[in-house]
Amino acid sequence: MSVTTSPHATVATGPPRTPRAHWRHRLAERGVDGQLWLLAPAVLFVVLLFLYPFFYGLGLSFQPTKGGPFSDYARFFGDAYQRGTIWTTLGLALPAALLNVLASVPIAYRMRGRFRGKRLVTILLVVPITLGTVLTAQGLLNFLGPTGWFNRVLMALHLTDEPVRLVHNYWGVFFSLIITGFPFAFLLVLSYLSGIDPTLERAAATLGAGWWQRFRTVTLPLLMPGLATTFCLTFVLAFSVFPSAVLVGNPAGETRVISIAAYQAAYEQYDYPYASAIAMVMGAIELVIISVVLLARTRLYTGSSGGKG
Amino acid sequence: MVSVTGIPGTGVPGVGPARPRRRLVARPAAWLVWGAVIFFFLNLLGVVGSVLVSSFGRQWFDTWLPEGFTAKWYSDAWHQFTLGQVILVTLEVSLLVVGLSLLIGVPAAYVLARRSFPGKRAAYLVFLLPILMPPITYGIPLATVLYKFGLAGHLSGVVLANLVPSVPFVILTMTPFIEQIDPRIESAARMCGAGLRSMFLRVLAPLLLPGMLASAILVLVRTVGMFELTFLTAGPDSQTLVVALYYSMSAAGIRAQQSVDAMAVIYTSMMLVLLVIALRYVNPTQLVARVKEEPEP
Repeated sequence: MSVTTSPHATVATGPPRTPRAHWRHRLAERGVDGQLWLLAPAVLFVVLLFLYPFFYGLGLSFQPTKGGPFSDYARFFGDAYQRGTIWTTLGLALPAALLNVLASVPIAYRMRGRFRGKRLVTILLVVPITLGTVLTAQGLLNFLGPTGWFNRVLMALHLTDEPVRLVHNYWGVFFSLIITGFPFAFLLVLSYLSGIDPTLERAAATLGAGWWQRFRTVTLPLLMPGLATTFCLTFVLAFSVFPSAVLVGNPAGETRVISIAAYQAAYEQYDYPYASAIAMVMGAIELVIISVVLLARTRLYTGSSGGKG
Repeated sequence: MVSVTGIPGTGVPGVGPARPRRRLVARPAAWLVWGAVIFFFLNLLGVVGSVLVSSFGRQWFDTWLPEGFTAKWYSDAWHQFTLGQVILVTLEVSLLVVGLSLLIGVPAAYVLARRSFPGKRAAYLVFLLPILMPPITYGIPLATVLYKFGLAGHLSGVVLANLVPSVPFVILTMTPFIEQIDPRIESAARMCGAGLRSMFLRVLAPLLLPGMLASAILVLVRTVGMFELTFLTAGPDSQTLVVALYYSMSAAGIRAQQSVDAMAVIYTSMMLVLLVIALRYVNPTQLVARVKEEPEP
């Protein structure tokens, strides 16, 4: 950098700005020049609004109001009521995400390709996603409640004599996760499936493979990476369930998920270090599960004509 | 696309795979699949429909339909929940978020699409993280920081918090869009004497307009529907419609169920209008997620 009187540089650029032009030139060769300033606002934004709060929260979680640096974590894991929220959350999110992905596969398999009304079906499926969990919760309270239409139909069909309890417990939250999560998973799986070259399957058929064999040995391996990604995204959605766990669940007991624990620590006890610690635990658990899935995904085939969407 | 269409008896002898798949007498698996889809839609209809019916119902206890219909809950809801102000706030927040995230995101997307530089993968990863994390996880530390600086509880805090998932979203939707624009167009413009500024404003901007419109509308839908971040940072006069709906629901029993339902219907119709607009410009799957799988350097 500090080569001031090198004859080389003097030849390359004008004499007065030699040292400056020199390092600029060298940087530009590596792809760093003035245009990268366009990235500056976004980087500044991510640092200020995402990384800084994140590390601030991380630091805060090690500075509890009383006790040593790890005492908030110890408090969380030592308290069975709090620790149980992890299992409650996983018990809701994992089955819901799995069901959403697994149910999407046969339906998307049947619906890929062109047919009349496909656009209508996809549009209808987008509706619950855009409506969001709060409205779904409100609808579920009306629909699945003891005097709601669902129980009325069940009783009219004599499937049950008294209303089935479906809200303010585990099932209410589970259904809300299905209603918002299934369309999400389905649309992703559908786009992954349409990305798979259909001639591959036809080639398999000319070799005499039946539909199950074709699905099992041709389509499914190509679809697996896409399924792994879909599972991750659906799981993230289900894992952060908050409004429906409060509204259609039983936020004091059965569906006291970890985000409720974090919220209560922050906004009811005003114990921000503790809330940050819970949020960190939540993020860590989620990242562990996602990285396990993504790690397994790297073992799958992800070449061309695969279901990469 | 499986090329078997609705023609009965497509099974041309000798061509093995072309089985008549679309006949009315389908295999039981097909019935099962369609049955599941129809069951799902029936329940969805029930969920949305019961809110709608209830919001117009005079009284609705233990019957199939309410006794008599009325529209009075709407005016009730409008006054009780000061919906005019709430909707105004919602619009302000979402438009600010859309504008700012485009302003920040599009230049960054341009650099990420066009240039290679040291640390590009790291930059991509950092931009991806806010989308992969659940909002509550980073929302609580973020809200803590915003409260520390006195921004939370006001409109500015809500806008800042909502920018966190929106900017990465704009970057991730715009990058592939910019990649498919031929870079020689820019070179030609530069060669004809356009400076960086006029190249951007007069050559790139018109070409990018459809992509910007699509991602703007997607951000708009997501922001209006974003509950968690707004919930964590909003004060009493900066609630958006979803958050106001949540509060009125969790305080159920104080107010008539029907006026809460009326508010939910207002929210639904707002979302549906946005959705109809959105679907004119974007593919439905884009509304779901647009996460580029592996950033190719």
